[in-house]
Parts: sequence; C-alpha cells; structure tokens
Amino acid sequence: MKIKVIVTPKKGVLDPQGKAIQQTLNSMNFIDVNEVRQGKYFEIETDIKNEKDAKKNVEEICKKLLANLVIEDYEII
Amino acid sequence: MKSSVIIFPGSNCDRDMDVALKKFGFKNKMVWHNETSVPKSDLIVLPGGFSYGDYLRCGSIASKSKIINSVIEFANKGGLVIGVCNGFQILIETGLVAGALLRNKYLKFICKNIYVKANKVKNKYFHKIKKDILELHIAHNDGNYFCSKDDLNFLQDNDLIACKYCDINGEVSENSNPNGSIENIAGVFNKNKNILGMMPHPERVIDNCLSSNDGSYFFENLLSNMR
Repeated sequence: MKIKVIVTPKKGVLDPQGKAIQQTLNSMNFIDVNEVRQGKYFEIETDIKNEKDAKKNVEEICKKLLANLVIEDYEII
Repeated sequence: MKSSVIIFPGSNCDRDMDVALKKFGFKNKMVWHNETSVPKSDLIVLPGGFSYGDYLRCGSIASKSKIINSVIEFANKGGLVIGVCNGFQILIETGLVAGALLRNKYLKFICKNIYVKANKVKNKYFHKIKKDILELHIAHNDGNYFCSKDDLNFLQDNDLIACKYCDINGEVSENSNPNGSIENIAGVFNKNKNILGMMPHPERVIDNCLSSNDGSYFFENLLSNMR
C-alpha cells in the first residue's frame, strides 16, 4: 500500500525559499501570487495491508523522522 | 582530559576538531558513527560537515545513527557535548537542545568570519573566558536559528543563549546578524548547560597564521574549566 505525506513549514515560520519563489513569480507577471510555502512530498510503500494501520504507522514515521515538529506540519493523504 | 569526535559520512570538520583538541591538550579519539558506544570521555564533539548530504533536513539522518544513543546517554548523565555547525544541527534533531535551524534568511551559503558575544554565566564553556567577544568562522547554509516563543522565553530566563552574533565592539544588532537567527542566536545550551550547540567554528581559528586566533580562548578556557 502506498501512503502519501506532505510536510510544510508551520504558519509563522520564515520560509525564505517560498518567499523567493513568490517574488520570482511576481516578477514573471503572476502578480496575483501573494504567498508561496515550499514543502516536501513523500510516497511511502508499506507492507501493511490495512489502511488504518498503515496510516497510523506513517503518523509515527512523520513524528519521528519526516517532519521536525518545531518548524513543520505534516499531512497524511 | 579525554575527548571523542564522532565522524558521520559527510563530516568534514572532524580532522580540524581533532587537531584543535589535541593542540590544547585533550587526548582525542575519533569514533565512527556505526559504533554503538563512545570510549570513556570527558567531552564528546559532533563536528561540522554535511552528514548524509544534508538529506531530508540537515542533521536529521545522523541524529538516528547507531552511536547517537550512547551520546544521548552520556549527555543525560551530565557529560559535556559540543555540536558545531552540522553538529549543532544534529543536536537539534536529537532534541538535546531546543529550537530548529532554518535556511539562511537571504538563501546564501555564508562563509566568513563573524563576531560572537559569549555568555559567561555559570557554564563550563565560556565562564571566565579571557575574551568574550570572539572572532570565529561560520560556513553554513542552514544556520538561521528559530524557536517557539515559549522556548525563547525559557532560553532567556535561564541564561541558555550561549552566544549571539555581534559586531567587533560586542554590539548585538540586526546589522551583525548574518543569517536571520532569532535574537542573533549563534549558539544555545541545554537546560543543564552541559550541552553546547553553536554554528560558529572555534576549531577553524586556533592559530595566528589563520584569519583569527580566538578559537584558542575557547578551547583553553574549556580545558581549564574542566580541570
């Protein structure tokens, strides 16, 4: 089973890469763009067959490794 | 005094640290990350570099190395642990010191000498140091220190900010902040002040033939406080 995870900077945490992307987009005439937050996307293949159990396991994985909870939020999708 | 420097795949300041520790009288051993125990030591150093190519987050993979459990055990018993640069990032990822290190504010890798003002209050690292405005070297892409308001209050209330970026006169201001760190923080202690994480490299400036000799004050003072 494949579980997908998105990790993004927490609200309020400076994201200089996102800011640079936003400014570049503005300079490319995408003037409507007022914020960009850059994150990470993971696809995790697991042997666990039951979706609920697999997501529970991935939650642990997120807390222990994939996200630094001081600065990042994670979302399992 | 005995010290151990942990080497991770991608560490590149381990040899400099070895040279510095030995120069000031430590009996140093190099320890590979795959070992499960650290030899008997009075000090453990996590050196700078790019452990595991900075994959995922700087220091995150190294913080799960086999050796780390014994480093944590040593630290929890009050043992002295220093993490410099990538070593600081690894300490952050183990949770031994508070906060996080973000990408530098202006997205540039910064490699230059800076000044830091050291906190001399009740700690083995800077107490009684002969010079408290030190010219040290930084070389990092992710040294922008960040922490929650609660953590910052805790650090401030307990004198746990180890050093702050300043100018040559010791003035701490936005102008002397190279990377956007909150409150100009260059280094922090854990609650018991036995663990020091810092972005600047004292081991790179330990001789008059180098761009500064101020790292010598750091190592001499540490050794003298440990005796």
